[in-house]
Amino acid sequence: MGETPVVVAASRAPLDSDPELIRAVPLKHYGRWVGAVVTILIAALVVRLFVVTPNINWPKVGSYFTTKQILLGLELTIILTIVGMVIGVVLGVVIAVMHLSVNPVLRTISWVFIWIFRGTPLLIQILFWFNIALILPSVGIGIPFTDWWVSSNTNTLVTAFVAAAIALGLNEAAYMSEIVRAGIQVIDPGQTEAGLAVGMKKRLMFRVVILPQAMRAIIPPTGNELIGLLKNTSLVSVIAAQELLTKAQNIYARNLLVVELLLVAAIWYLLVTSLLMWGQYYVERHFARGSTNRPLPPTPFQKLRMRFRRGFPEKTRATDQPGPALSQADVREAKGSAA
Amino acid sequence: MTLMVEAQRVCKSFGRNQVLKGINMQVPEGSVVVLLGPSGSGKSTFLRAVNHLENIDAGRLFVDGELVGYREKGGVLYEMRDKDVCHQRSEIGMVFQSFNLFPHMTALQNVTVAPILVKHEPAEAAKAEGHALLTRVGLGEKADSYPRQLSGGQQQRVAIARALAMKPRLMLFDEPTSALDPELVGEVLEVMKNLARAGMTMIVVTHEMGFAREVADAVVFMDGGYVVEAGSPQEVLVNPKEVRTQDFLSKVL
Ligand SMILES: Nc1ncnc2c1ncn2[C@@H]1O[C@H](COP(=O)(O)OP(=O)(O)OP(=O)(O)O)[C@@H](O)[C@H]1O
Ligand SMILES: [Mg+2]
Repeated sequence: MGETPVVVAASRAPLDSDPELIRAVPLKHYGRWVGAVVTILIAALVVRLFVVTPNINWPKVGSYFTTKQILLGLELTIILTIVGMVIGVVLGVVIAVMHLSVNPVLRTISWVFIWIFRGTPLLIQILFWFNIALILPSVGIGIPFTDWWVSSNTNTLVTAFVAAAIALGLNEAAYMSEIVRAGIQVIDPGQTEAGLAVGMKKRLMFRVVILPQAMRAIIPPTGNELIGLLKNTSLVSVIAAQELLTKAQNIYARNLLVVELLLVAAIWYLLVTSLLMWGQYYVERHFARGSTNRPLPPTPFQKLRMRFRRGFPEKTRATDQPGPALSQADVREAKGSAA
Repeated sequence: MTLMVEAQRVCKSFGRNQVLKGINMQVPEGSVVVLLGPSGSGKSTFLRAVNHLENIDAGRLFVDGELVGYREKGGVLYEMRDKDVCHQRSEIGMVFQSFNLFPHMTALQNVTVAPILVKHEPAEAAKAEGHALLTRVGLGEKADSYPRQLSGGQQQRVAIARALAMKPRLMLFDEPTSALDPELVGEVLEVMKNLARAGMTMIVVTHEMGFAREVADAVVFMDGGYVVEAGSPQEVLVNPKEVRTQDFLSKVL
C-alpha cells in the first residue's frame, strides 16, 4: 500500500480558452402544474361558498366595518393587547431571572407562578379575576401599627377591564418567562465572564451583554405571543369587557346579522395581525446584527427600490444570461489575475 | 520593588476536588510571568481567582497591595460589596482562550462599552481612545466590523484592546493563542510582546515556549494544584530540576 503512489491531481484550470458556459434545458415540473390547478379550483370553490353567497350580506359587513362601536371595541382590544404584553414582558423577564437565580426561594416562587398560570385555562383565569370580589370583598393598604388605612370595595376596583388586563398579563408573563429563560440560557457563559472581567456589575452586564443577545432568540416567539395575545383578548368577551368581539356580539344581538359582524371582527383581527407580522420582520432584522458574517439580505422595500433604480430593461436583459453563473467578463478577469 | 500580585498559600476546591493546594506567587510590578502546566493543573482557576471570578477557600491573594474580594479589619475578613469587587476587576484586564467578544457589538463598541458604562467616560473621548487602541493592535481599519466578520487572530487582538481600554494595571491571559490557527498565533503574540515591552504586568498561561523564552521574566510550572518549579526561563525551561517539569517539557517541546 505504501508503495502505491497516491494520485492527487490539482492544477490551476487552463484558462487559455474560456470554458463553455452551461446552457441546459430546464427540467419540466409537470407535478407542480397539476398541483397548482387543483389548488386554484379548490380556492375558487371556497370563494364561491363565502363570497358569492346570498347568505352573507357583504355590503353590511362593509357598512359596519368602521362604525363607532366597532372602532371603540378595536381600540380596547389593542389597549388590552398592549397592557397585557407590557405586563407579560416585564414580569416575564423578572420571573425568568428569578428562575435562573441561585436563591432557592426565588426559584420556587417562579416555578409555582409558571405552574399555575400556564397550567390552567386562560378562560378560567379571566373569570376568576372578574369574580375575585367573592374571595376578597375589599382590598386596602395601610401602615401597620398606625391608623392610616385606605380600603376600597374590590368590585368597584376590579372592573371588567382591570380583570381582563390582570388575567391576560399574568398568563402572558408565564409564557414569556419561559421564552426569556430559554433565550438567556443559550448564551455562552464566557459572555458573562467577559462582562464581569471588564468591571461591569451583574445588572449592567445583564442589560448590555446578555439581554441584547438573548433578544435574537426571544423576538420571534414573542411576535407569535403578541399575535396570540391579540386574539386571546376576544376571550374576555365572557366578562363583557367591551373589546372588539363583545362589541360585535352586542350589535348582532340586536340586528341578528351574526355572520356579518363576526366577519367584521375577524377581518379586523386579521388586519392588525398582518401589521404585527410586518413589524416583527423588521425587529428581527434589527437584532440579527452581527449574527452572520454576511450582510443582511435586503428587505422587500429595498429589493423594490433596487429594481426601480436598476430599471426594468436591464432586468429583462439579465434574464437571458444564466443567472449568477460566471459571465464571460468574470472568467476573463479571473484569467487576468491568475496570469 | 512593589508586588502587583501576591498569592500566599491560595487554596481552592470544587466540591471534593481540591484544585489549588497552596499556591505562593509573587509578581513584581512590570514583570511578565508565564504559567505552565498540564491540563487540569489549576492554571485557569488561579487566574480567575486573581480576578475574583472564583472565590478562594484559604490563603490570601493581593493585587496591587489590596486583598482580592475581601476587606480585613481587626483580623476578621468581610466580604466586599459588589461595587468594590467590580472596581477591583476593572483594574485587571483579562483575555480568554475563546476571545468572548460581545458578538452584537462592533469591534469599536466592544472596546468602548466598558469605559463608557463602567467608568462613565464621555462617549467621544472613549471612541477616540478606542480607535487609538484598535490601531495599536493593528486593527484601525476594522473598527466597524462585527466579531464574526473577523479572523480568530483579529478577534483576539480586539479582545486585548477591549481589556486595555480600562487602563488596567495587570493583564491576565488564559491561553490566548490556543484556539487560533497556527498562522494566526504570531500576530497575537506580537501584540502581547509589545505590551510587555511597554512595561505592562502580565500573567500569561500559554504553551508558546518561544514567547516564554523571549518575554517572560519568570516561568512557573504548576501540576496538580501545586507550584512545582519556578524561576527564570533559563532555569525552568532549559535546566529544569524537577522530574515532573522535565516530563512535561519533553511532551510539549
Ligand atoms: N466551575 C468548576 N466547577 C467544578 N470543577 C471545576 C470548575 N472549574 C474548574 N474545575 C476543575 O478544576 C480543575 C482545574 O481546572 P483548570 O481549568 O484550572 O485547569 P487548567 O490548568 O486551566 O487546565 P487546562 O489546561 O485544561 O485549561 C479541573 O479538574 C476542572 O475540572
Ligand atoms: Mg485552563
